[in-house]
Amino acid sequence: MTHRQERLLEVGSLARVEGEGALRVVLDHGRVTEARLNIYEPPRFFEAMLRGRSYLEPPDITARVCGICPVAYQLTACRAIEDACGVTVPPQINALRRLLYCGEWIESHALHIYLLHAPDFLGYPDAIELAKDHRAIVSRGLALKKTGNDLVEVVGGRAIHPINVRVGGFHRAPARSELDAFKNRLDDALEAALETARWAGGFAFPEFETPHALLALDDAGTNGGSRSPAAGGAGPRYPIESGLGVITTAGVGFPLEDFEHYVSESQVPHSTALHAKLRGVGTYLTGPLARYNLAGPRLWPVAAEAARAAGLGRFERNPFRSVLVRAVEVVQAVAEARAIIEAYQPPDPPFVPVEPRAGRGHGATEAPRGLLYHRYDLDERGLITAARIVPPTAQNQAAIEADLRLVVQAGAQLDDEHLTLHCEQAIRNYDPCISCSAHFLDLDVTRR
Amino acid sequence: MSPATATPGAEITETAAPTLAVWKFASCDGCQLSLLDCEDELLAVAGRVRIASFPEATRSVAPGPYDLSLVEGSITTPEDAERIREVRAQSKYLVVLGACGTSGGIQALRNFADVAEYSSAVYPTPEYLSTLKDSTPIRDHVQVDYELRGCPVDRGQLLEVITAYLAGRQPAIPDRGVCYECKARGAVCVTVVHGTPCLGPVTHAGCGALCPAFQRGCFGCFGSTRQARVRAMARLLLAEGASPDALLRTLSSANPADSAFRAIGAQIERDVAAAGDEKEAGRP
Repeated sequence: MTHRQERLLEVGSLARVEGEGALRVVLDHGRVTEARLNIYEPPRFFEAMLRGRSYLEPPDITARVCGICPVAYQLTACRAIEDACGVTVPPQINALRRLLYCGEWIESHALHIYLLHAPDFLGYPDAIELAKDHRAIVSRGLALKKTGNDLVEVVGGRAIHPINVRVGGFHRAPARSELDAFKNRLDDALEAALETARWAGGFAFPEFETPHALLALDDAGTNGGSRSPAAGGAGPRYPIESGLGVITTAGVGFPLEDFEHYVSESQVPHSTALHAKLRGVGTYLTGPLARYNLAGPRLWPVAAEAARAAGLGRFERNPFRSVLVRAVEVVQAVAEARAIIEAYQPPDPPFVPVEPRAGRGHGATEAPRGLLYHRYDLDERGLITAARIVPPTAQNQAAIEADLRLVVQAGAQLDDEHLTLHCEQAIRNYDPCISCSAHFLDLDVTRR
Repeated sequence: MSPATATPGAEITETAAPTLAVWKFASCDGCQLSLLDCEDELLAVAGRVRIASFPEATRSVAPGPYDLSLVEGSITTPEDAERIREVRAQSKYLVVLGACGTSGGIQALRNFADVAEYSSAVYPTPEYLSTLKDSTPIRDHVQVDYELRGCPVDRGQLLEVITAYLAGRQPAIPDRGVCYECKARGAVCVTVVHGTPCLGPVTHAGCGALCPAFQRGCFGCFGSTRQARVRAMARLLLAEGASPDALLRTLSSANPADSAFRAIGAQIERDVAAAGDEKEAGRP
């Protein structure tokens, strides 16, 4: 489809993202007229498959949406079901959940920083090539990733699709001795995480500011799981596995049960992901940048110091610098995991009983790449009558496309090869999880 | 499908190392992630093969044919039914990874439902979608050289398949049940001790009997063994008081379209329906 005045450039499936997608950009006399993210990941219809299933099944079923962030799916499902059934889990179980989730943040962020994103900044096609010149750096990333995976394994049973999570808590609580073995490893991981933040702080970042509203879960510091006000004096926390409300940079905040009122999804022909919009605001972004801007002051001192050392200010709106926020979040997750293990008392029993009842429940957690929302409607026997899943990449897709348009416009003078690389790097800023959004990238640039 | 942009370093060099390609169809990415999760072995493996195409890990793409192809996912769209033929044509040795590719995966639940209704339940404009009625395993479309089970595959077994390929031998992955691993691990039998329904006796080993070790019943992530006597197991579990409904759900988890699991699941559905009709008829 190359016309006389067009330059057409195509790339196979977009690499170093999770899932399948394509990108189509049209430049007309140097002006961007179209920037489209095609998500062609085949739909798998999880929300339909959940209907008629037992209220105890969503953790195991929805984990299969995504091999990269199964813990996010499992714990979000648990929160939503527990909300529907009016159950709050005790702090010890919640601490174990946060530990499991810290493991997923560590492994997912280490994967993204070292294997998926760093090669862009350093000019390599992948981490294997990077390792040929910088083996110690890649090995550090792999060791960090392994610590995260092993943490998920010891708490969850296995790294991908853990089997130990159940509605109400866990099937079995790990023994103290099993977790104690992680203390030294987490001390090493903290060193590696701090080095990661310093190392990434030295990358060259293109100038860019995203204009979109940012949205994150608000963990006001309750022990989670209930809509009742906080019991106990814990202060607000950096959002990971708990939170009863949503905060944004657009002056809009709302409790989780109003999520579907404020966030509307629509379908576009070029995507098997639904596009999300924030009511009265429009496109928005969720993920590390949003968390950092909205909850940065809740980072622990060691992570806040790492942020400063990496060159992050109080606010950060450049998506290319989200790799720095991921590094800071690894520091936070490692430090928190270490503290949870230090204070760990195995919950006995490891779960609270959850009796079915008719009703609706909402749950949200912060997956590594952004807020994940689940809602379930149950009948009196506990059978699911309706389910709704809003994954982070579906929420981000419209904002990614809008940002891409700006990135392409700013880079329009580049030749096709460099513009392509630049676009791919820009998309990887958001760590899109296409499998999750069902739903992503061939690059197809048409120039007229 | 379009060829990739040429990337520096992607040009083919004369080398004896076999080429590896990784392909994705309908799936969660978890099985190919298992390869990246081999943190201790990843760089060593990368030294023994030439990664010719692995989009999740690299933007370099070398043209086929490929010596070893790892295929993740099931076939759910007309485009993918076509694409798998191209993959087969370019692959000398094709290994299918995981429950999706070996039985259709969890998304094969659609096979027993109305997929048009599924589309309209999830998408406001289902006409934009192109999807097949059934989610089917790779072997239904092309000849496969090896199938590795699991949801997800086990890292150790994945490395064994790659190592065996490099050594030119068959993978040493015995077709035995989870019970075997459970005993080897010294775990307590959850069915005998707690009366928990467990698919361990009929499910292919590979996970290391994880669920029983965590005090829950196996739900069949690795699919059925060749010798599986699911009917006999179901009869015993039901006689011991397991609810047909619970057993049916367990059989319809990670591998709902596994033929041995499905045969019994369908039988239970018919029995439950018949019992329901009798109850209906018996009411005054």
